[in-house]
Amino acid sequence: MLTFLIRRLLSSIPVVVAVLALCFLLVRIAPGSPFASERALDPRTKAMLEEKYGLSGSLPEQLLRYGFNVLRGDLGDSLKFRGRTVAEIIGQSLPRSLLLGSISFTLALGLGIPLGAWAAAHHGKKADSFLNSLALLTLSTPTFVLAPVSVLVFAFGLKLLPPAGWGTLSQLILPAICLAIPFIGVCARLTRSGLLETLGSDFIRTARAKGVSETNLVYLHALRPAILPLVAYAGPLAANILTGSLVIEEVFAIPGIGQFFVNGVINRDVFLVSGVVLVYCLLLLLFNLIADWLTALLDPRIRVAS
Amino acid sequence: MKLSRSALVILGLLGMLGIAAVFGPIFSPYGVGELSDNRLAPPSAEHWLGTDLHGRDLMTRLMYGARISLLVGFVGASISLFIGVVYGLIAGYAGGRTDNRMMRLVDVLYALPRIVLVIVLISLFDLKLKSLLDGTFLAPFATHARLLLLFVGLGMVEWLTLARIVRAQVLTIKERPFVLSSRLIGQSTPVILFRQILPQVIPIVVTYLTLALPAVILEESFLSFLGLGVQAPLASWGTLLADGASMLNPIDTPWWLIVFPALALVSCLLLFNLLGDQLRRLGTDSER
Repeated sequence: MLTFLIRRLLSSIPVVVAVLALCFLLVRIAPGSPFASERALDPRTKAMLEEKYGLSGSLPEQLLRYGFNVLRGDLGDSLKFRGRTVAEIIGQSLPRSLLLGSISFTLALGLGIPLGAWAAAHHGKKADSFLNSLALLTLSTPTFVLAPVSVLVFAFGLKLLPPAGWGTLSQLILPAICLAIPFIGVCARLTRSGLLETLGSDFIRTARAKGVSETNLVYLHALRPAILPLVAYAGPLAANILTGSLVIEEVFAIPGIGQFFVNGVINRDVFLVSGVVLVYCLLLLLFNLIADWLTALLDPRIRVAS
Repeated sequence: MKLSRSALVILGLLGMLGIAAVFGPIFSPYGVGELSDNRLAPPSAEHWLGTDLHGRDLMTRLMYGARISLLVGFVGASISLFIGVVYGLIAGYAGGRTDNRMMRLVDVLYALPRIVLVIVLISLFDLKLKSLLDGTFLAPFATHARLLLLFVGLGMVEWLTLARIVRAQVLTIKERPFVLSSRLIGQSTPVILFRQILPQVIPIVVTYLTLALPAVILEESFLSFLGLGVQAPLASWGTLLADGASMLNPIDTPWWLIVFPALALVSCLLLFNLLGDQLRRLGTDSER
């Protein structure tokens, strides 16, 4: 198992390197300079600025320089937020986004799994089809629709919660829920279909023949193998919550990593964009690794060939 | 394939949406960009869904936005369909090492923040592509450079799942006797792949199309909402919603500018997802 994980990790390295290089080059090739503001820049000043930030020379030279710096743990300076390093910006904003994301992640799974299990237990009845429609509705309601509508209704209409900001618990409620809702439906549907498939298998028939109650059958015996597809979905879910977070941070004015990323792309802030993409890649790879490991843990039939 | 009654209802509603998108703007008494002094008017008999900050009729803008959203959805989904089917066919039929490598690449791409890369690609290459196109016979398309990038970028995001599904199908299909007999009578590999195996995969592909479509529409609106997708003078549901969201304020928010674009987008996504659900159910029923 360990060797499998290590091999997985090692085989991801070239991908991360390729993505980082691609991202750096894309931003550098793109028209528009990170140093240009409203007025045109004196060519000499521009050359000096490029020299200072390590963006002089040919593209491969710049890329190599950046690559070595990253290896040494130096992500460079932000070009737009002068005087702040990319590492500093990420260090400050990432925890906020991670907190928000992990709450939503927990909400999506914590509500999705029981709802799906309940639907499977009532398979073919009214409750099942009602939950199915509800799940379809939630997964058709994207984050960027929910966010402004919920601000309109709950913050300005009913005046229950603050419309934006960061720092207090009540400011966290709306964004976390808006971020989670579209994925509750997906989780519920995956749990339901996984459970229904498991409930049709032989070991469940045996357990039923032995007189295990229906409730125990669903929640104790069948749930463990049934949530395997859900574990496999954990990686994509993390990716979706991450991108959903871009919108949520925008609407609710949360100074998270997503806001810096969007700003960075618009400003051609090459080190900031590359740095954030690197963090995103590493986070997602880590998530997928954990998902793989959990899958093997939950399913004794999987013997990873190593 | 026999469609259930609810599937037909859904198809009918989607058809109405399509008709509204194509013919609505033509019959509307207002032009898409037509400004008026009647600013931020709430819904009334004159303007059914109200007007925006510049006095433009929201209903006309929504129907026009439907064109862009649906167009990006269809083209993007078709591109991802094409890539996914070809990739899955080749991987599944080749088997062995090639299959292993190709699927490993899919795994890796799955683990990447693809939409983030699309953001980088689209927002940075818009001007470059515009100047590239300007010099060639494709110059008329130059103003829509961003739309073209959206097609390609979003098409490249959604093909992974389909590649996996098609490959899994091909793995079982290629062991069937009719493929073996095709090989025995000396048919070439491309012929076997596209004439023998492909038709077997099509039902699944159709089902997947109804799921990829809303996914692409959603992603386009997402990018447009952030200001990184469709740009003025074009408008999609995402930009309309973003316009509404930017008017949010505690005193008198023009609610219609948020609620109606939201309703349009959600009902469209829901209809496609419902249709996909029906088709998938049909598929599992016919297997049994």
